[in-house]
Amino acid sequence: MKRAMSISGQRKRRTTRTLPLIVCLVFTALSVLGSDGPAVRVAPTDSVGPRTLEKQTQTAVIRDYLEAWHSLTVAFERNRPDLLDASFVGTAKDKLADTILDQAKLGIQTRYRDGSHDLQLVFYSPEGLSIQLLDTVEYDVQVLDHGKLQTTQHVRAHYVAVMTPTEVRWKVRIFQAKPE
Amino acid sequence: MRLRFTLLFGGVALATMQMAVAQAGALRLPRTVEAGSAFSIQSTGSGKATLYIVGPGQVLRRDVQLGETISFAPGDLHNAGHYFAVLVGESSRDQSSTDQSSTDHGVFDVTAADKPAALSFLAKPSRLPVGLHGGISGVVYVFDTFQNLVLAPLPVSFQLSEVAGGGQRQTVTTRDGVAWIKMDSGPKEVAAQFVAQAGSVSAARVIQQVPGNPCSLRMNARRSGQRVMLETEPVRDCVGNAVPDGTIVTFTETSSAGQATVDVPIKRGIARTEMPAYNGARVSIATGVVMGNEISLGRE
Repeated sequence: MKRAMSISGQRKRRTTRTLPLIVCLVFTALSVLGSDGPAVRVAPTDSVGPRTLEKQTQTAVIRDYLEAWHSLTVAFERNRPDLLDASFVGTAKDKLADTILDQAKLGIQTRYRDGSHDLQLVFYSPEGLSIQLLDTVEYDVQVLDHGKLQTTQHVRAHYVAVMTPTEVRWKVRIFQAKPE
Repeated sequence: MRLRFTLLFGGVALATMQMAVAQAGALRLPRTVEAGSAFSIQSTGSGKATLYIVGPGQVLRRDVQLGETISFAPGDLHNAGHYFAVLVGESSRDQSSTDQSSTDHGVFDVTAADKPAALSFLAKPSRLPVGLHGGISGVVYVFDTFQNLVLAPLPVSFQLSEVAGGGQRQTVTTRDGVAWIKMDSGPKEVAAQFVAQAGSVSAARVIQQVPGNPCSLRMNARRSGQRVMLETEPVRDCVGNAVPDGTIVTFTETSSAGQATVDVPIKRGIARTEMPAYNGARVSIATGVVMGNEISLGRE
């Protein structure tokens, strides 16, 4: 009887200890599922040209490309070209930074919210120094002129991006919309 | 001045010819505009408004009089991309920040010029052995004068040429702005020119083709008292290029006294050394994975 009570007490204590953990995990899962991150679909990559694309590389490229969209969003909303540094290099960075500087001069801010990405990796160069991907992206853009919201537009566009490896991540070197 | 006016007028006329109603409403936009060229947008109605042209590549704002043609000069919109244009009436602009009362809007594309102006050419490796199948790779990204990636298909020719005049040439059509190729290294030890050309633009890289591994190895021996002088014939790769100085050649002498080994670097194409001349000893030679001839030392 005493033993039974002891086991029951241990179970109760264990339940008391694990319950917050379970609640925390469920909450985290729900918050992740309910977060307003973009929907991402990646087309199967059977062949990307002359070099085999490892799964790990593909995962890293897609992660860093989506992160680049986040950097772009924040940089354009705050008119801070320096926030592009983490994800963009070369021509892509220069052009986006110029746009942000123009926005700042005009007193304009733009809020980009990417809703979905349909990605396809199309080319991995033989020496491993560039990966090209195509993205059919849907996003909303708000234009604010001196803090006043002027318009909200829903845009669907096809982008070509070329990513290059840097010390710790892939960065976007070319970022350009392509006509339908 | 006249030339500039003619270009502006011509560009506007061309853009006007391509004009189409992009969206419902009174804003008439060109469907596509070539980067950096002049174009115009037709508005209708009356009163004042503000036109916004927005994309990640560029942002423009113009105060406009409705009903008039809004002209953009060459160079105003030079970054290729997908843009939307919104015309906001003046009364709407001054309303509270939560109100969005844009009037007309539409989308259009700015495309790169078809004429290439710059190439980004990655050639690898910068140094490789002769006669290597698919050993050289070249990747070219094609850009227009405004550093836009030219997405229309373009022929790019790759040429790997040697000083003597031999070489390989292949043409590849770009896909989404990129063309790539793999080529074999030539048979001669030489600094080869690897050139990529699209239209009138070209970029060149130097690929140093070095001799391959030694192909055959022969030595001669000359006895001199208690020593034997050993010397190779000129060491060459399989296509006759002299193997670079510094390549190690190993001489091994096996006799009743045991085994002795000497590693010698090639100097001026030849490796030479001297070893004790034991009667009945055998001397062999090797470099890398190549074995040479063997010599037996008889009695003097």
